[in-house]
Order: sequence, then structure tokens, then C-alpha cells
Amino acid sequence: MTGVEWLALGIKVLGAFGLLLLATLLNVWVERKVLADMQNRLGPMRAGPFGVLQTVADGLKLFFKESIMPRKAEVGMYLLAPFLAVVPAFLIFVNIPWGGSFHIGETEVVLQGADLDIGLLFILAMSSIAVYAVVLAGWSSGSKYPLLGGVRATAQAISYEAAIGLSLVSVVLFTATQGDGGTLSLYEIVQRQSGTWADVHPIVGWVPRWNIIPQIAAFVIFLTAAVAETNRAPFDLVEAEQELVGGFHTEYSGMRFAMFFLAEYVNIFSMSALTATLFLGGWLGPTWEGTLPAFISGALPTVWFLIKTYAIFFIFIWIRATLPRLRYDQLMSLGWKRLIPGALGWLVLSGLVLAFRQFGAPWG
Amino acid sequence: MGIVKDLLKGLAVTGRTMIGTITGRELVTRPYPHVKREKPQRFHGRHVLNRYPDGMEKCIGCELCAGACPAECIYVRGKENDIDNPVSPGERFGYVYEINMLRCIFCGLCVEACPTEAITMTHLFEMSTTNREDGIYTKDELLMSPDGKVPHMFPDDPLADLGELDTADGWVRATAPGGRAAYQGVRMWAGTPGVGDWSPEPSQEERDRRSGDG
Repeated sequence: MTGVEWLALGIKVLGAFGLLLLATLLNVWVERKVLADMQNRLGPMRAGPFGVLQTVADGLKLFFKESIMPRKAEVGMYLLAPFLAVVPAFLIFVNIPWGGSFHIGETEVVLQGADLDIGLLFILAMSSIAVYAVVLAGWSSGSKYPLLGGVRATAQAISYEAAIGLSLVSVVLFTATQGDGGTLSLYEIVQRQSGTWADVHPIVGWVPRWNIIPQIAAFVIFLTAAVAETNRAPFDLVEAEQELVGGFHTEYSGMRFAMFFLAEYVNIFSMSALTATLFLGGWLGPTWEGTLPAFISGALPTVWFLIKTYAIFFIFIWIRATLPRLRYDQLMSLGWKRLIPGALGWLVLSGLVLAFRQFGAPWG
Repeated sequence: MGIVKDLLKGLAVTGRTMIGTITGRELVTRPYPHVKREKPQRFHGRHVLNRYPDGMEKCIGCELCAGACPAECIYVRGKENDIDNPVSPGERFGYVYEINMLRCIFCGLCVEACPTEAITMTHLFEMSTTNREDGIYTKDELLMSPDGKVPHMFPDDPLADLGELDTADGWVRATAPGGRAAYQGVRMWAGTPGVGDWSPEPSQEERDRRSGDG
């Protein structure tokens, strides 16, 4: 590889990694602040202006804490689980394009860790592996509460991964009709959401061609399942402070606990970014190229991407502040009786509509 | 579709609360040591031993406060005044006056019992100490100086609000001449100083209009 290519690679890797870590640091603070606002409180105020550095302080504290290991723990798995939680969380984000492309000399730099042809499939695989961390952490701790949390995680993950996958199939199906053949590459999926709906009707000529409009049901199902997949309230049965102490991470302390914490927030951010990418047009948005200085219009796609991602992230927090935790049977019946049949029905419906539009009615 | 309706209703509640908190309308908590909540006028805070305007102590050492105290935290010993150099206008004065703040329940019965309004309460409530001896306030710490200032335990603390000690409690207001209907809104605490000279207490109608008062 040439020097410029190495530079481009460095920008990609550092950008994706640094952006994610910085965002996570900020996200914990954002969540605490928004939650506080929704509960008539102030939230963290002491560390730095408006408490922005609270997460840094918490992280430093966790660095210096002792990592206690239970005597009955399965040592290998117990030590592996926190890393198994963090690594897939980061790998999910590697696939997500977080900005447009620009040129350094001859080389085109796409602001995306890696543009895999099977990006979407890779993300589904990684989010499934992340569940292993929770299950293994619960099992290997050698303690009853983590075990209960791990068992719950197994059932929850299986139920809601199906819903995620099915809702994504209809999105992929729709995307395939928007361009030249089907694709699972996230960069390509974003590209196919550019433009407006002017060709459908001039009235909606100003509405961006985002997938959320034709795939609204898939969006709702995906978002619900994503909340469950990241073990967030109201689907946080895996942690459930009131019943299971800390759930799967009860026996973890110090930096090992911090890894789970980091993984949880990276997962939320990645899921928000994925939702924005698949349904809200990712980094697409007006850049006013030509009228604005080049470096501003070059940075604007990233800004649009962050705005959309944080809008979804805000919904995550809003739901957490609003809804009480589901009972276990309610969780199961929502997953199996509502979301999966809903996703299947939507898949059939959108498949039929797309087939009619492409091939005409079979009786016509 | 009931579940969706309920979900939207719940989201509306949290959303409205968030807007109310950000705009400050519904904010309940304060960044405490820096910003203190406005306390009710008749707040029961730390005690103060008052003086007359000419510098005489009001306490006559009668021990009625100690008798009224349900927590038995007040210890008073009176002493005959020296006729040439009296401490209080009466026959006797409070020679020893101690309040154990660790036992005090801040009920204000001592204030009610006092025949000369020598002991009143203030708005100061931060009285934490690092040892139990400091919880016992002696006369030196309770008695106001002739210029009307009350000794603060930690005057050098950057967060100490010295104004809290200059704010008398409600009993003074309620028993002052201004507390009678004829004086309502005219004058408060006429001539007889508590910890200071008070502006008139607002009438009941005005108080009702001002929510959040007392």
C-alpha cells in the first residue's frame, strides 16, 4: 500500500474508534442528564462544566478498583466474557459509514471502517456473539443471580434476534428495488436512500427518500427489538436491579465491570447508528457544496449522521425514562406473538407490493 | 391499539416533564451548596440569644426554655445582676446557657416559652461538626454581639451563608406587635429588636397570592 492509503486507513480506524469512544464517554453523561431532566432533577453537575467529565471520573475510579473474582467462578470464561462483550460491540460500528467520501490526492477515502459486501449480515452475526458475553458471564460467575440473568439473556436474545432479522429482510428487499440488484453493503444502502420522492408524486418532492417512509413498520419493529437486543429498559430483564442485584455482571467489579458498561453503551450507540443508517439515510443530507468552504461541506455528512444517530439515541433514553420493565412472560409474548408475526406479515406485504410494482399484477 | 395509545401517553408525560425541567419551571433539585432553596419564613433553624438595642441581654436566666424543652437539651444557670454593671435589665441574667444541638429537635418550644423573646430561631441549618463537643453550643456561640451580628461557627467557609443567621424565625414575627390585626402590613417588630428591624409582614391576602410562601 502507498503512504496515502496508509493515511486513509489511519483516518478510518482512528476516526471510527475515537469517535465511538468519545461518543460513549459523552453518551453516558447525555443519558444521565436526559433522565434527570425527565425526573425533575439536575443530574451530574460537579465534574467539569455541567458534569461533562462525570464519566471520565467514574472511569478513572473503576480503573483503580480491585477486580474481585468469586471462588466458584469458571476462571477462563469469567475472564473472557468482558472482552467478548466489548469486541463485537466495536466490530458492529466498524461497518457503519459515518460520513461521506473525500479525496486525498488520487485516493478516495470513505469514512467507514470497512465496507463489507455482507455488512448487514456481519452486524447481525456480531450482535449475536455479543449475547454470548452476557450468557457466559452469567454462567461462569458461579453465583445464582448472574446465572438467572444469563438464562434470561439466552431466551431474550433468541426471541428478539429473529424479529431484528425479519424486519431487516424487508428493508433489504426494498433496497434491492431501488438500485441495480440487491445489496447488504451499508454504504450502498445509504447511497440508495439519496434523493427525494419526487418521482412518486410532486407533492412529496421535498421528502427525502429514506427507508423509514416505505418501511415504517419495519422501523418500529427493528427499534423495539434493538432496545431488547441491547438489554435496555423496558427489556433490561438481564440486569434487573430489583430482582437480580446486577444480573449477569453482579460478580464483576473494577475494570471488568467497566468493560460491560462500555460495551452496553457502545452497543446502544451502534444500534442507533445502524437505525439511522438503514432507515434515516445515514450521513445523507444537504452539504451545500460550492457555497460553503470545502472543509465544512466535507464535515457536514458526519454532522448529519451524528444528528440522526442521537435522535435515535434520545428515543432509547426516552423509552427508558417512560416505561416500567416488562414481566418475563410479557417479554416473551411481545417478542413471539407481536413482533415476529408483525415482521413476517410486513415482509409478505412489502414483498407483494414490490412484486406488483416491478412485474405488474399476475392477472393483468 | 390500546398499547400504542398508552405508550404515547407515557412518552408525552416524560417529554413534557423534560421541557419543564429544562426551562426551569418544574426543576425540583438545586445544586445545593452553591444554590440554596428559599426557606419558609418560619423555618426552625439554629437558635440565637438576642439583645436589646442598648446592648443589654434579653435573657433573664429564668430557665423556662429548659423546662419547656422536650429533648432536655438546654442547660441554663442564672445569676444575680451586678447593680452597677447589669448584663440584663432584670434582676438576674443567663450566666450559663448551653444548647446541645445533637439532642435538639428544633420544635421551637423554647422560643414559645421565653417570656422576654431572648431566644429565637434563625434560618441557619448547616450545623454538622466533626466531633460531639462541637455540637454543644455555649453562650459565646449563641449570643449576638452588640452590633446585632450572631457568631457563625464556620465564618471562613466559602459556602457559609452569613445572612441565614440574620433571618429570624416565625415566632418573632407571630408574637410581634405587627402580628396583631391593627398592625398588619404597617410595621413589624416595632422598636424591640430581634436580630434586626423587620419590614412589614405582608397581609394574608397577599400571602395567598404569592404561592410558595411559608
